Parts: sequence; structure tokens; C-alpha cells
Amino acid sequence: MGTETGFTWLKEKEEAGAQLCVRSGILIIQMHADLDHHNALWIREQADKMIERQNVKHILFDFTGVEFMDSSGIGVIMGRYKKVIFTGGKAAVCNVGSAVDRIMRMSGLYKIIEKYDNLEEALKGLC
Amino acid sequence: MELLDNYENEAELVFDSVSRNEGFARMVAAVFTAQINPTIEELNDVKTAVSEAVTNCIIHGYPNIKGKIKMTLRLKKRQLEVTIEDEGVGIVDIEKAMEPLYTTRPDMERSGMGFAFMEAFMNDLKVESEPGHGTKVFLRKIFSDNPDSE
Repeated sequence: MGTETGFTWLKEKEEAGAQLCVRSGILIIQMHADLDHHNALWIREQADKMIERQNVKHILFDFTGVEFMDSSGIGVIMGRYKKVIFTGGKAAVCNVGSAVDRIMRMSGLYKIIEKYDNLEEALKGLC
Repeated sequence: MELLDNYENEAELVFDSVSRNEGFARMVAAVFTAQINPTIEELNDVKTAVSEAVTNCIIHGYPNIKGKIKMTLRLKKRQLEVTIEDEGVGIVDIEKAMEPLYTTRPDMERSGMGFAFMEAFMNDLKVESEPGHGTKVFLRKIFSDNPDSE
């Protein structure tokens, strides 16, 4: 924390809503904030940039630390799913907490998106 | 839907229709509701419903302009009433708008689940709207009796 200046900031730095990286053809989106319309806009933009520029076959959403999601989250997952399905890709989610799980179950998302317990299982399943 | 009269506690919040305020509004609603000691699941229900209603105001009510959104929270015993209103474009066909999976903004990746979630997570939902005169959404939730609260 920035204590050298005598101030303690609420957040260490202005954080983005998610971290994205591509590992062996899988775009991993690690979120660390509520997935609502506000964050969905940002994630959608960043994810699509990477899908365009890099060799992305599958998409994995890692929900570690995400305590809240609303219907905007359904939209952003469905939207990315549609981008990879035509080239034989899959979309998956992992580390889903109970509140987010409820929303996903209610929306019927699991009919088309695979759920894994953790990142390792997901990477194994998608490869 | 009858509104709560003789409510015990009321809060009103007016804020701009910017997406950053979605989180702000649902946190305020959650903190206000926390005083009756709900279950974690009930609190999540309120957060989801508020988030959906506020997002609707921002995306559909004020599509190209910044406007004001007013949220009113009222508590009476173990009942919460939330009204969320905007002075935006209004809804032409309310029945259609409330159909699950129906959306006027597929371009924005809206899933069309907003009203369905509000209905599923709250006990009552009512929508009043007129084209050109804004939209008012009433939500009510009845909370389970908590044996540990007074």
C-alpha cells in the first residue's frame, strides 16, 4: 500500500475488471469484480480484441472471487460462446460460487456451457 | 400491487444513469436491507433485482443521454419495497418487454432475462410506463422470519 507518502489509498491501484490471457488456444478470462453491465462492457471489448488478434479456440471464464453476477453476465458469456462455436470451439466456466451458480442454473446456461470445479480441471477438459 | 403504508423506514437515492452506479445502487439496497437481518440468499435476491432494474434504466430508459434514476427503499417489518424510476423513453409494450428472452437490444448482448430475474427473486413486480414519460418499477420482497432478530 502507498504508505510512503503518508496516505493509505482504498485500492492499491485502479483495477481492471478482469485479467485476460491465452494459453494453448484457450482464452482465460479471470474476473475479480462483480459481473454486471458495467464490467461486462469492458470484458466484452477486451475479449473480442484477443479473439480477433490471437489464435483462440476455446474460452474459459474463471469466477474466482466473483460474488455477484446478473443477466449482463449471461449476455457476455453467451456472446463469447457464439464467437467460438462456429470454429468448433467451446466455452466453459470454473470456480463458480453459489450466488453466481444460481443465476447460471436459472438461465439454463449450463445446457451449452460446461462447468468445471477449478482452473486445472477446466484446462484439462478443454484441451 | 398495494404500496406499503405506515412504513417504518424509508430511504431515497437519486443518481446519474452511468453504469458505474449499478454496483452503487445494489450495494445501497443491500446495506439498507441488512438492518432486518435477511439470509445471504435473500440479500443476493435484492441485489440482483435492483441491478437488473437499474441496468434497464441506463440501457433502455436513457439510451443516448444521461438522466436521473430514483430508487426508493421502504421497510415494514419483514417486507421490503423498492421502486426504481426514470424519466426516460418509456416502454411501448410492457407485456412484450417482460417476456423472458425478449430484448430490444440484442446488439448490446442483452439476454432478455432482466424482468424474469426480478420476478423470480422478488415476491411482487409491477411496471408502469408510458412512451416518452419514463418507467417506474415496483418490487416487493417478503423475508423469512429470522428467529435471532427482534
